[in-house]
Amino acid sequence: MNETEESKEEARQDSERELVLPGDFITDGKFRAGSGTYMDNGKIYASTLGIKSIRSDFVNVVPLAGQYIPKVGDQVIGIVMDMGPSNWLVDINSPYPAPMHINEAPWRVDFGDTARYLKVGEVILARIFMVDEVKHVQVSMKDHGLRKLQGGQILEISHSKVPRVIGRNGSMIEMIKNSTNCRIIVGQNGRIWVDGEIDSIDNAVKAIRLIEVEAQSIGLTERLKEFLENIQKEKKV
Amino acid sequence: MGGATTDLKLIDEKGLRIDGRRPDELRPLKIEAGVLKRADGSAYVEWGENKVLAAVYGPRECHPRHMQNPTRAIVQCNYNMASFSVSDRKRPGPDRRSQEISKILSEALEHVVLTHLFPRTSIDVYIEVLQANAGTRCAGLTAASVALADAGIPMRDLIASCAAGKVADTIVLDLRNEEDNFGSADVPLGLVPRTGEIVLLQMDGDLSVEEFKTALSMSTDACHRIYAIQKEALRKKYCVAPAVIPAEVANAIHDVATEKPQGSDVPPNEMPGNLKEGVQ
Repeated sequence: MNETEESKEEARQDSERELVLPGDFITDGKFRAGSGTYMDNGKIYASTLGIKSIRSDFVNVVPLAGQYIPKVGDQVIGIVMDMGPSNWLVDINSPYPAPMHINEAPWRVDFGDTARYLKVGEVILARIFMVDEVKHVQVSMKDHGLRKLQGGQILEISHSKVPRVIGRNGSMIEMIKNSTNCRIIVGQNGRIWVDGEIDSIDNAVKAIRLIEVEAQSIGLTERLKEFLENIQKEKKV
Repeated sequence: MGGATTDLKLIDEKGLRIDGRRPDELRPLKIEAGVLKRADGSAYVEWGENKVLAAVYGPRECHPRHMQNPTRAIVQCNYNMASFSVSDRKRPGPDRRSQEISKILSEALEHVVLTHLFPRTSIDVYIEVLQANAGTRCAGLTAASVALADAGIPMRDLIASCAAGKVADTIVLDLRNEEDNFGSADVPLGLVPRTGEIVLLQMDGDLSVEEFKTALSMSTDACHRIYAIQKEALRKKYCVAPAVIPAEVANAIHDVATEKPQGSDVPPNEMPGNLKEGVQ
């Protein structure tokens, strides 16, 4: 799909966006209740404030607010909050703190030696490795690309806007990376790590904030493109 | 209540009340969603001379730990009246009345929130009454449910709430202060409008069964009108209209650009907060 087709496709989806509130009737019969909805007497209602979306036979409501709830496999950016002799406690920007056992660290850590590898306040890129029915979470750094994040800046956005920041197949975030020359990592939990020259970090942060504020508006891709082009023009002058 | 007497003519010859309302008329109601930046969700309600602010935090880790429920979230509501909310200064802090109201509002809200989705957490609702003129628990509940929706918390429906009562032998809707003090009954109602379930119902004073039924149908009807205003308030905040946002955003982005240049000596952890303030 080339770029104009992509934005056309986006515009088509945009025009169909419909805001629903908790308790709003969505549909009945042939659909199945997905996330952000519930079923009552064979009818589907919205449970969350968000945008209605129908994917094959599922009805979902894409939330516009709310806390990040960990899901197995999500890549998240965590901050080490505490450590024990055999684990670290990682804040993943959700109601549930996530311990990481030394066996899940990418290093060979001896019992009681956790402080040598990660200290309180340090930032890691991790993956949600386990979530059980009472939402006990565990994270892991044992996968390629997962590591301690050093340098750069962290910014936080609402986790519901993460898909917008990333864009379709990463188009949005690639655009920012390419035009600002920054290294950017987006965690599913709404934390974004940005590193590069101080001025380019500044621009990348502004671009991300633009997406955040305008997340639900129509023609966002176009405006972001314009915004980034302006920045590049200014740089040349 | 308490049978206090007054020279006030609570209902005049034309059948109108002291503020000129008909018996089945509500006081003017204005709701605004998302008024507080620091809370996860918030709402402000002006209902006649009542001014009520509601803020929602969470779901968040529940402290103290023994309050946690391993299977679902708990809803903790805190109703508080500001010391300047009434004409004689109210002694600040929780008292018998506000503890009771906090409890019944928590239970009402817990009934609609899908608590099973967030085990071990707590959803905290803070209701601050800035100005009181009878019916603050209804105003608080109305505000709280808008604030919950604003916080993105899944629930079965919003709760709308309104009181009805008996004043000078007439059943009236939405009592104001004088009517509450010198009337003979006050019945606050909390309703889940979609299903018609009642999540809050109290009665102060006495009514006959017939009178009670009239009062209840009057306030049920009013709750549906309030429900529409609640939804309107949320729609207004989350409208998808593109024409409104860009100008605002352009300014915000410009503000950030012209504001303080970011030095490298700022610790990275402080950046999000600063920037957030700049843009929002």
